Amino acid sequence: MEIILSAAIGVLTASGVYLLLRPRTYQVIIGLSLLSYAVNLFIFSMGRLRVNAPPILEPGGVGDLSRYTDPVPQALVLTAIVIGFAMTALFLVVLLASRGFTGTDHVDGREQRSE
Amino acid sequence: MLSVFILAPFAGSLIAIFFPPDQRGATAWFAGAIALLCFLIAAGLYPFVTSGGVLRYELAWIPELGLNFTLRMDGFAWLFTVLVTAIGVLVVLYARYYMAAEDPVPRFFALFLAFMGSMLGVVLSGNLILLAVFWELTSIVSFLLIGYWHHNAHARDGARMALTMTGMGGLCMLVGLLIMGRIVGSYDLDVVLASGDIIREHPLYLATLVLILLGALTKSAQFPFHFWLPHAMAAPTPVSAYLHSATMVKAGVFLLVRFWPVMAGTEAWFWIVGLAGLTTLLLGAYFAIFQQDLKGLLAYSTISHLGLITVLLSLGSPLAAVAAVFHIVNHATFKASLFMAAGIIDHETGTRDMRKLGGLIRYMPGTAMLAMVASAAMAGVPLLNGFISKEMFFAEAIETHQANLLDTITPYVATLAGMFAVTYSLRFIHSVFFGKTPSDLPKIPHEPPRWMRAPIEFLVLACLVVGIIPAITIGPFLHTAVVSILGASTPQYSLSVWHGWNLPLIMSFVALLGGIGLYFLMRNYLATSTEGPPVFRLLHGQRIFERVLVTLSWKWARSLEQRLGTRRLQPQMRFLVFVAIMAGALPLLLNHYELPPLLVRGIDPAFALLWAIGIACAVGAAYQAKFHRLAALVLLGGAGLVTCITFVWLSAPDLAVTQLLVEIVTTVLILLGLRWLPKRIEDTQESELLSLRVRLRRLRDFVLALVAGGGVALIAYTVMTRPMPETIASYFLERAYKEGGGTNVVNVILVDFRGFDTLGEIAVLAIVALTVFALLLRFRPQADSLEAPEQQQVQNAFDDDHPDRAKGDSVAEYLFVPSVIMRWMFPVSGMLAAYFFLRGHDLPGGGFAAGIAMSIGFILQYMSGGTRWVEERLRIHPLRWMSIGIIVAAATGIGSWLFGYPFLTSHAQYVTLPIVGKIPLASAIFFDLGVFSLVVGATVLILIALAHQSIRAPRAHARALRAAKEAK
Repeated sequence: MEIILSAAIGVLTASGVYLLLRPRTYQVIIGLSLLSYAVNLFIFSMGRLRVNAPPILEPGGVGDLSRYTDPVPQALVLTAIVIGFAMTALFLVVLLASRGFTGTDHVDGREQRSE
Repeated sequence: MLSVFILAPFAGSLIAIFFPPDQRGATAWFAGAIALLCFLIAAGLYPFVTSGGVLRYELAWIPELGLNFTLRMDGFAWLFTVLVTAIGVLVVLYARYYMAAEDPVPRFFALFLAFMGSMLGVVLSGNLILLAVFWELTSIVSFLLIGYWHHNAHARDGARMALTMTGMGGLCMLVGLLIMGRIVGSYDLDVVLASGDIIREHPLYLATLVLILLGALTKSAQFPFHFWLPHAMAAPTPVSAYLHSATMVKAGVFLLVRFWPVMAGTEAWFWIVGLAGLTTLLLGAYFAIFQQDLKGLLAYSTISHLGLITVLLSLGSPLAAVAAVFHIVNHATFKASLFMAAGIIDHETGTRDMRKLGGLIRYMPGTAMLAMVASAAMAGVPLLNGFISKEMFFAEAIETHQANLLDTITPYVATLAGMFAVTYSLRFIHSVFFGKTPSDLPKIPHEPPRWMRAPIEFLVLACLVVGIIPAITIGPFLHTAVVSILGASTPQYSLSVWHGWNLPLIMSFVALLGGIGLYFLMRNYLATSTEGPPVFRLLHGQRIFERVLVTLSWKWARSLEQRLGTRRLQPQMRFLVFVAIMAGALPLLLNHYELPPLLVRGIDPAFALLWAIGIACAVGAAYQAKFHRLAALVLLGGAGLVTCITFVWLSAPDLAVTQLLVEIVTTVLILLGLRWLPKRIEDTQESELLSLRVRLRRLRDFVLALVAGGGVALIAYTVMTRPMPETIASYFLERAYKEGGGTNVVNVILVDFRGFDTLGEIAVLAIVALTVFALLLRFRPQADSLEAPEQQQVQNAFDDDHPDRAKGDSVAEYLFVPSVIMRWMFPVSGMLAAYFFLRGHDLPGGGFAAGIAMSIGFILQYMSGGTRWVEERLRIHPLRWMSIGIIVAAATGIGSWLFGYPFLTSHAQYVTLPIVGKIPLASAIFFDLGVFSLVVGATVLILIALAHQSIRAPRAHARALRAAKEAK
């Protein structure tokens, strides 16, 4: 399990970083989204991987780590997902506005000579 | 009681700013009352500080950092407090008449009070850091006061220079104070004052000394930092009278005196302080002679007198310290009155140029007399207060403190400077009040209003009384102050006018006669010469200062920017990624990282297959993002879904729900955006002809990406295969139900334990939504995206060709089945949202998920029926949803205050509702309701704002077409 998930995180990161370095704004937004998957999974995996142990207690019960997985990374990732959406939305609008102003979808707002 | 000294002026400052601008008298009365109140309280506190008593007031601020709001009043602080408040009262009275009707008076008095508060803060601080805070406050407020007439370029420059110099000095001093606190182990002033030996013997003593002295010497305008003070004369005269005679510049010498017991007496102290003081004393006096501006003369004389005090403090002998404290008081009295007199002359004649003035004694005999007495005190004429402290200075200058050259020349320099002082004092009086009456004055001079002169009368009276009977007037107070500084080593001194025929008296006479002689020798030259002393006037302090500033902040900064900066994003991103990789790799390499054994067993084939798809999606998205945007978006969604399934698999149902819903809105969002991006068609031939440079660049990025991905994967794998250390997880697991009243631990953490964080998060979401909204309000699409998309054009053309069809029929037919389903889904999605919301505290769900589910319901309606169709039937007010959300969330938090609990404490209970059944009803559910409402509002606002562009754009397009036609 661990080896697959870490490989997955690695590939998501690599694809994200590669796109981040591309010149077109759309590539960058896709790259950021991929990177945020990677980061979310990475943070989530810091609580270790557990199957069938969601942090949902029995009513009246007291939980412990032997029966339930770590809830803290999950709480962090949950808000990160929502904030990630907000970031994507903001970036999308900025890239649209920038295209409207500059007439290009290059990240610098102008075309480079050698592209 | 001590806190009144800080609170009253600052609170008064806030109130004063709200006075109407034409209420000059009322504002002045108010400011004066505050200053008077402080003065009276200070006077009343005198019995507590006599014979070494210390008053303390302490309020814990950040005790972990040793930073407390400690106020401390000993005899010396008391003396300063009285000085600051008493002269404050007089200056307010004076300013009442000085300020012109068109000046914004409330701003002046507000700043004045703020300055008084800061100055009292400096004087009364019992904590080193607090001292630095107030110190910087005096710099900032004095900047505002000097620049009070901000329409005047001189005032702006002078203010800026003063702030640059004193602010820079203040920063150095802060560092010095921090080191001092480290050496002593406490920032408390009492502890510091008791640890003189530790400080003087510490290896960092010299660094501390230099840094603190930089603060003190810049503030007190000591050479070579003196040049800001004359330029600060662009301030209104009451400001000069207050800041540049009695308070602000005295803060520097105040600090020297404050730390005198712990830092003085070493050779380094003697040389640095002594050299600066002696140079300032002589140069200041010399420069003062050649000034043509009245206030310029007084400014240089202030510099010189501050130099005198500094020299006294440099000597390291207790007697000299006594003289220094005494001279601080004396100088404040006569210099404040002289500034006020200069202000009156300026006010009544319209000029401060001594070449133009003369014979004023005939018009304003009262003012002339007062000014004469005050300048006699400045010159050190017997029977005036300046004489006594100057005698003490001469006496100390003669004494040998350290056997070196500096000490040897001190008496000669002192006499010379005394001579210069007589010269410029005489010049001040003679050129203004005597001689022939000028004919070309801007105004006909006359005596000022009665009460404008009153402050001067009071101060001059003080000069006289102290000068004639010092021992019974100032004596006891001075003694109290001195004892608080010197403690047991307080020397025997006598404050009397007559000490018999001794060397200091002879020096005084030499200075007096020499000064008079010098003035009459130079009189004719001075009457016509230009501003500034010969030779030195070429060496303009301001010019040098500006040149340094330009070099630092413009030339160097620009060349640095040209060398290191780029406006291109890609190199910056590349650098960022590189630094991130290094930051990740270095700690691993330095700590001998070892790869954990790769465990291949225990792999679920289904999970492996899942991620094979996920990886393919991710790589595919990366590959297609340039030319096939829709494909890339679909692949991105695929990777997102795989992530979502992973969350389900690995015991994170909440994450899975949220991820799934967010995935939907993100896709809709980007789909809406795709329409505005330029067409980019892959040119198969071009791709074969890619230059080597482009290929190399891509290869380099590819390698960077590989390293980054590999590194992250390694770290993730390493952490995952290690046993779990003790974390705060168990804390939450144990208490989620007991204290949070919910079984879904993740939700309990979000709305209860870490509710404050969540409040911050939803605030961020709201800000983003508003920003998006605002950005789109002014959105102007690129010309080639203005036309309707191709498919729409084809459909519209088809509709137009067939008379039985209305525009838009085709698309409605295409989407007929989906739109019926979507319309029917609206109540269902509302239901789903309610369901997620109500179960959130106990089972996966919660406000975030419910909010997004609800907004998906809304957005589906937009997609099925079109924007116009929806808005004819349903008005969604996203801004109201958002504001209600944030208000509810914050109110829930505040509600717990009513019950005496900290912000966002929650109370939990189960409630049985009809039909729905038993639901967990913690007060946190209201908080979650706020989260829900805000998420709905923000998401809908973003999506709708973007969707609306498709309606606005055709209109803009039509407008543009019309305009083009008309132009033809």
